[in-house]
Amino acid sequence: MRAFTYERATSPVQAAAAAAANPDAKFIAGGTNLLDLMKLEIETPAHLIDVNGLGLDTIEATSEGGLRIGALVRNTDLAADERVRRDYGVLSRAILAGASGQLRNRATTAGNLLQRTRCPYFYDTAQPCNKRQPGSGCSAIGGFSRQLGIVGTSEACIATNPSDMAVAMRVLDATVETVKPDATTRRIPVAEFHRLPGDTPQIETVLERGEFITAVTLPAPVGGKHLYRKVRDRASYAFALVSVAAVIQQDGTGRIAVGGVAHKPWRVEAAESELPRGAKVAAERLLAGATPTHENAFKVPLVERTLGSVLDEARS
Amino acid sequence: MKFDKPETTNPIDQLKVVGQPVNRVDGPLKVTGAATYAYEWHDPHARLAYGYPVGSTIAKGRIASMDLSRARTAPGVVAIVTAKEAGQLGKGSRNTATLLGGPEVEHYHQAIAVVVAETFEQARAAAALVHVTYEEAEGRFDLTAEKDGLGPTESDVKVGEFETAFAEAAVRLDETYTTPDQSHAMMEPHASLAAWDGDKLTIWTSNQMIAWSVGDVAKTLKIPPANVRVISPYIGGGFGSKLFVRSDMILAALGSRAAGRPVKIALPRPFLMNNTTHRPATIQRIRIGAGRDGRITAIAHEGWSGNLPDGDPENAVDQTKLLYAGAHRLTGNRLATLDLPEGNAMRAPGEAPGLMALEIAMDEMAERLGLDPIEFRVINDTQVDPGNPARPFSHRQLVECLRVGAGRFGWAARDARPGTARDGRWLKGIGVAAGFRNNLTMKSGARVRLDRRGVVTVETDMTDIGTGSYTIIAQTAAEMMGLPIERISVRLGDSSFPVSAGSGGQWGANSATAGVYAACVKLRETVAQRLGFNSKDAVFADGEVRSGDRRVSLAQAASDGELVVEDTIEFGNLKKTHQQSTFAAHFVEVAVDAATAETRVRRMLSVCAAGRILNPKTARSQVIGAMTMGVGGALMEELAVDTRRGFFVNHDLAGYEVPVHADIPHQEVIFLDEVDPMSSPMKAKGVGELGLCGVGAAVANAVYNATGIRVRSYPITLDKLITQLPGAS
Repeated sequence: MRAFTYERATSPVQAAAAAAANPDAKFIAGGTNLLDLMKLEIETPAHLIDVNGLGLDTIEATSEGGLRIGALVRNTDLAADERVRRDYGVLSRAILAGASGQLRNRATTAGNLLQRTRCPYFYDTAQPCNKRQPGSGCSAIGGFSRQLGIVGTSEACIATNPSDMAVAMRVLDATVETVKPDATTRRIPVAEFHRLPGDTPQIETVLERGEFITAVTLPAPVGGKHLYRKVRDRASYAFALVSVAAVIQQDGTGRIAVGGVAHKPWRVEAAESELPRGAKVAAERLLAGATPTHENAFKVPLVERTLGSVLDEARS
Repeated sequence: MKFDKPETTNPIDQLKVVGQPVNRVDGPLKVTGAATYAYEWHDPHARLAYGYPVGSTIAKGRIASMDLSRARTAPGVVAIVTAKEAGQLGKGSRNTATLLGGPEVEHYHQAIAVVVAETFEQARAAAALVHVTYEEAEGRFDLTAEKDGLGPTESDVKVGEFETAFAEAAVRLDETYTTPDQSHAMMEPHASLAAWDGDKLTIWTSNQMIAWSVGDVAKTLKIPPANVRVISPYIGGGFGSKLFVRSDMILAALGSRAAGRPVKIALPRPFLMNNTTHRPATIQRIRIGAGRDGRITAIAHEGWSGNLPDGDPENAVDQTKLLYAGAHRLTGNRLATLDLPEGNAMRAPGEAPGLMALEIAMDEMAERLGLDPIEFRVINDTQVDPGNPARPFSHRQLVECLRVGAGRFGWAARDARPGTARDGRWLKGIGVAAGFRNNLTMKSGARVRLDRRGVVTVETDMTDIGTGSYTIIAQTAAEMMGLPIERISVRLGDSSFPVSAGSGGQWGANSATAGVYAACVKLRETVAQRLGFNSKDAVFADGEVRSGDRRVSLAQAASDGELVVEDTIEFGNLKKTHQQSTFAAHFVEVAVDAATAETRVRRMLSVCAAGRILNPKTARSQVIGAMTMGVGGALMEELAVDTRRGFFVNHDLAGYEVPVHADIPHQEVIFLDEVDPMSSPMKAKGVGELGLCGVGAAVANAVYNATGIRVRSYPITLDKLITQLPGAS
């Protein structure tokens, strides 16, 4: 870990301005990902802006009938919120499928959206990684890629986004609210929030320099059965090989998003129109153009079969 | 004391304290945080400095240049030691690669420098500033690629005419199985604090074998063993990775010498995988021939593994010499040279991966013969060493383990046809495997002191790696001296104490308590003499010594000063005349998700026959821990080799998955009532590794029973099942 300077933010705009003023600054909230990365010198911020004192930790009803989740609401509190459990069950289930109780107690809503990949080569600073060190190459391609992406990947990067929460946010059409250093705000649909790797895998979101997340909003509840199935090698405390977030209506229509397969939560709206025709057709559409490696080709049938199982459960 | 005749009756047989489920005597210290682990020593060491290692980032080659200038001027840096600064070092007799590399690099994350600074954070930050360039050499990293050139060797063990008998057998199996490289992944990383006092070195560390460490530290640093003291009273898990001196001890000692101050170092977690040791991957070919009656006529087990030059093979074939009958036999190891990190002992080396293969093969063979897997094993039981029928087992209850387990687990209700049991979306299956591990014994010494309060203190360099050594040693001394366990004080893990068996190879409990027994026999004689008893008649009970009408308190014997005696148990020829082994039957029920192929264990039972169980509570903890490790090996544990760059890629506990609580269901352990008078005066054997041996195959066989899919390559992850499962509904 390199030495860094530290300040406590006094307001979201001040935090954004402070971050914009220092190109080597990072926000820190729960620190459950950033501190680990700093110890390994994968992240080397020269300055930390602690945003924990900014409030932003409540969940409020919106005038549209949805919920506005403060950026600093802890994962534990979000998953346990009565309204979330009642109307957005997929979100609660996704969060509880991730990490551990201790981590969820610290991790925040915004921080979860910003967590970085768990690609093992990203974690070894001695190995080339375009995400960690742009232009150095991708060690994962042709290497140990069992956990990595199968769709939306690029020649530069096959990393996945590790978040469970984000997959549920995607299926719920959440919106990310931000404030910029000049105090202007914007609303970013979560669908557009994360980027595909392309040839700049180091740029993971559309956030601009200094731009600070203040909240995530959920639209009014859409009803249906809310399911989150996370498939992994051990029963808990593991990242998804594949996960499926689903909101399925009684008539068999619905929405699905998949985790563990891409650089972002993977949702293809066109595939959802195939849901009444079954998992096989829907999964084919969802993963059209997939380019798995030899080691993670199993994820293609796994997505289809997991989706099938989720649809079975929704019908039961 | 020489142990060379079968034991008759001795005071241990009273079983007032030994054999009872006594709570860990060190339990309160551990749950209150008062037990000091290696990295926690602080107070005695003013001006403590912190070391941080620098590991090679290539697997094989040579350091071309090393720029220390930025690190040297970094805040807080006190000293940096590389091979150049360290001068000529020796090499310990038990490590294959050198522990401070350079300029030659032998494996990835081989330590090539240690940076010492005022704080841990400063040392870590400065270590990242060491700039190294390399001349990379081509290495060999792929066992499969190396296997082809490796055939029979002169050390193959042959009995009868295997090839002929196999060719003539009515029913045959010839299959190949693989087990991956595995990491010990214990909770506490390797850690050491070293301090020099003139030319005398003291190391507070976490190590299973104190005397080995003294010898190898001395050899490496080229100093007399008498100048080395090693202290390791508490150990947060080792599983074999702490049998030997590793880089933490040497780097702490060198860093301390350079800094002129005590230096503390803990290996970062990724170093566990690539800097220390691991269980090497194996490829195992097993051939079994049998008559239609199910009797094995021919059995061969060949194992391929790799290691650094001068390293040893993973001896996965050893149990096949002894486990089942059969007149014609062949076993052999083939060793490839690989430039991966050093392969070395991990819990039940040899038998653990060997049984993962052999016990699938037995399941497959039973099916080919149309026999129940338990009956097939029973038919092929042997009470003698099959390679030398004049040599009987000292005590062998494998059949009893299988029978008792079958009854308890409900084996009879199992449908042998795979894929027939269903519970909602889960496919259910039950599997069985035999467990086998040799009972090793090691010379072991202890010193016992009786003070005027009537307290007996035991001192031995035996270690407690979380196993319960403190407790069983206290039980042994309490039984021998007729004292309640509260009157026994046990001091372990210090090289100033008599040399013990140490902890490894499941030899620790039996050997170390036998050493304490020997010392206590001597103390009893001394006490009797002091109090004017005939030592043969004297009874030690309730804190008193009695004979006829006379009774004197034990403390009285020390009224003129502490009595101190020392003895060592030495094991004679009994292990040559009698094969001493431990046996188990493992039963596992799994459920496999019919859609995703995720396998979850539902219940487990292990029935163990391992001589006298010194403490059923700590022994059970040993076995359930081992069963858990067996599930890990069966379903998830694998060090992923990058065969291009020559290292284990998943080098942390997020990437190298071991079971968590949610993976482990109800576990039951049954110990058969057994004493083995051939093993030691304690009549006990080892059990800590037995609990692992065979568990993986029981899981694999249960997965087969659930799905009809035979996976011969561990771990049994869902990708190996998913394409063969019936179509999604």
